[in-house]
Amino acid sequence: MDAILLVEQALNGLQFGLMLFLLAAGLTLVFGIMDMINLAHGSLYMVGAYLAATVAAASGSFLVGAAAAIAGTALIGMLLEVTLLRRLYKRDHLHQVLATFGVLLMANEAVRMIWGPEALSLELPAALAGPVEIGGLVYPAFRLVIIAVGIVVAIGLYVLVAHTKLGMLVRAGASNREMARAMGVRVNTIFTVVFGIGAVLCAVAGAMLGPLLAVQVGMGESILILAFVVIVIGGIGSVRGAFVGAVLVGMVDTFGRTLLPMSLRAVLPPQIAGNLGPALASILIYVLMAAVLFWRPQGLFPARG
Amino acid sequence: MAELLAIRGLVKRFGGLAATDGVDLTVTAGELHALIGPNGAGKTTLIHQISGSLRPDAGHIALTGEDITARSMHERVARGLARSFQVTSLFRGFTVLDNLSLAVQARSGSSFRFWAAARNERALFDEAAQLAARVDLQDRLGTPASALAHGEQRRLEIALALATRPRLLLLDEPLAGLGPEESARMVDLIASLRSDGALLLVEHDMEAVFRLADRISVLVAGRIIATGPPDAIRTHDEVRRAYLGDEAVPA
Amino acid sequence: MAGTPLHHAVRWALVAPVILALVLLPVILQAIDQPFYLVPATRILIYAIAATSLNLLVGFGGMVSFGHAAYFGTGAYVTGIAAMHGVQSAWIAWPLAMAVAALAAFLIGLVCLRTGGVSFIMITLAFAQMMYYVFVSMKTYGGEDGLALEARSSLGFELSLKSDTTLYYVSLALTVLTIALLWRIVNSRFGRALQGIRENETRMEAVGFPVFRHKLAAFVIAGAVAGLAGALAANQNDMASPAFLQWHQSGMLLIMVILGGVHSFLGPALGAAVFLLLEEFVGDLTTHWQFYVGAVLVAVVLFAPNGLATLTLRKARG
Repeated sequence: MDAILLVEQALNGLQFGLMLFLLAAGLTLVFGIMDMINLAHGSLYMVGAYLAATVAAASGSFLVGAAAAIAGTALIGMLLEVTLLRRLYKRDHLHQVLATFGVLLMANEAVRMIWGPEALSLELPAALAGPVEIGGLVYPAFRLVIIAVGIVVAIGLYVLVAHTKLGMLVRAGASNREMARAMGVRVNTIFTVVFGIGAVLCAVAGAMLGPLLAVQVGMGESILILAFVVIVIGGIGSVRGAFVGAVLVGMVDTFGRTLLPMSLRAVLPPQIAGNLGPALASILIYVLMAAVLFWRPQGLFPARG
Repeated sequence: MAELLAIRGLVKRFGGLAATDGVDLTVTAGELHALIGPNGAGKTTLIHQISGSLRPDAGHIALTGEDITARSMHERVARGLARSFQVTSLFRGFTVLDNLSLAVQARSGSSFRFWAAARNERALFDEAAQLAARVDLQDRLGTPASALAHGEQRRLEIALALATRPRLLLLDEPLAGLGPEESARMVDLIASLRSDGALLLVEHDMEAVFRLADRISVLVAGRIIATGPPDAIRTHDEVRRAYLGDEAVPA
Repeated sequence: MAGTPLHHAVRWALVAPVILALVLLPVILQAIDQPFYLVPATRILIYAIAATSLNLLVGFGGMVSFGHAAYFGTGAYVTGIAAMHGVQSAWIAWPLAMAVAALAAFLIGLVCLRTGGVSFIMITLAFAQMMYYVFVSMKTYGGEDGLALEARSSLGFELSLKSDTTLYYVSLALTVLTIALLWRIVNSRFGRALQGIRENETRMEAVGFPVFRHKLAAFVIAGAVAGLAGALAANQNDMASPAFLQWHQSGMLLIMVILGGVHSFLGPALGAAVFLLLEEFVGDLTTHWQFYVGAVLVAVVLFAPNGLATLTLRKARG
């Protein structure tokens, strides 16, 4: 395995991890602050991708599509929060799971009813469609942009949570809801805003990953489970944990899928390696999750003591 | 007298703060030992470490000579250490009888029995009824715990701890939130518990403490600054400064 | 001490006629010339087993597992893999399916049960997904297409599961047996302890119960029973399908549980029946029936969180 390939895999892992972070960050904020599990989070990502694809195709511009996706998904997300989700905050987790699962089912079918069962395509912006050369490595320009966007968003989130008044209010809402309410902080509005931010992050991820993956019904589900794994590893409620967890998962998964089958084929008979390789590669991140949990059941950076 | 509970050099830190800062404490068999201290002194943290819900960072806890520092909570209960909670912790959806029978079940044999119907075990329910009578709840056996008055709930709280037949009973602010009549009742109840074993009582109600205790330990900022009989504590300079201050100390 | 809510009594007035009807069902269906309905009826029985086993965890133990499909699917796949390697006797393959499912539950439980709340739900979901990938990535055993069953499990005694009627009666017998067993467990000392854990875990530790051990035992029992349901499902479908392992499957099981009512012992079985019947009939009307499932789910959570069983409860008393 030469250095070029290694760097390429590392960049792929970073790119995947950063997009996972966008999903995980929104989720973990909702878990940590509202103590609510939201299975419909992946649906927002799907809606974001669909909106981006539709508007981009209609307008001919990727950017317009992405902007529409962000605005539209934020609106839908906040509407969802106000009408339905806020009634779930006080309910027990079983009911939260089931209600949001119901929303997920409805969202999947609604998308299928509106757009049909065929996958949509989201075109890469022409300027970024080609490869870029760095040193000896030839790497797709768009993927570099994804990495850049991911880093910018991560910094933005950090600034938001750690250094702004909203972030302080968010953290106040998290640690003691009743106290915050008593002090006059409009907790309901904050929750809606937090949810809206999560929806925006989903839309960005959906628009960015749309050109690479298929824009189809159910796309939210596989990535949602990965986001769960990220949050479990990183620690519930911690954005920092979500970042570390996401990059970790992205790297382990990417490297695992290329390195593991390769190294197994080197030592085991091809029949067994052919079965074992892909099997182990796909479960690698779950093994990672189990290992972290065994050592630290609260995750790497638990937000709550 | 035999040392039932011996705590040496206990330390517990949360971030930079030492909630328990090198605590030495002993409880002898048969005594009622009170633990007092200002808010934030670390009393509940100490109780958590003794009962096993928190692991100390350093130090040792021994029960009748056996080191239990690494033992889990249920192992400590099996060795005769039980606690009641400052914030009432009951099985709210169950009746008083079911609350107590569950606690009795814990003590009397394995719960890995999957076939025989539990409701046929008369012994469990008889003992549960006796425990209820002990805390004057015999008329409330069929009432769900959530429907009990606050004072009744506090008594059920104690009865649950008693069900485990402890040698050492940790009572975490049993008088919390009780009116004068209920408080008097609770004080009588606690006094009656002395025959069962030793008691470590955490309380704010100074009148009750000075009436009941054989010995008092004063916890301030995670350290024990004084231990002794009530008279000695009452006149202890450092205690007066740190804690009792202007409070009228019962004569 | 009759009437303590911790004990769940059988309302024979309701249950006996239902069992009688189920025993006579093939005869009735034959009489009205609709023998095909035996197939969905068998399916209901299989899912009744799975849903009741899940409720041991959810309703009685307070553990919301979103990964129960893992054990259902494992049971199905073990049956298929065993058949492929020549082990086709139900008397060996089905206990084997249960044992492997129990082992999976044990190992997964060791990790998951150290957490609670939101974490627990996500972790059970993640591990179920892991099991999905494990089985799907094994090309020798069908990969994404699933594993076709070489032959339905053999019972001996000149009985053949190829007959829908025989499969129905075997499923019915097992359903009654496993539900009766789970019922005894719920009313036993173990069941009481489990309900105590659901109600207040901290208190249970504080009165001396080794809580983790109890939760793990419940997890393993539930997993084993789900494995049996999976073995039956593999027989009915003549294949072990990857769909058995997907998280939609876990979700479906939870829907059945809440539809019927988590606090009622027979609720989940009722929920399974209602859900699958709706799927059968509404599914014929529209391909978008999942939308209505979602809508009903949201409605149930908001307006009837205690499920349908409580409605029958009120009716029986009224």
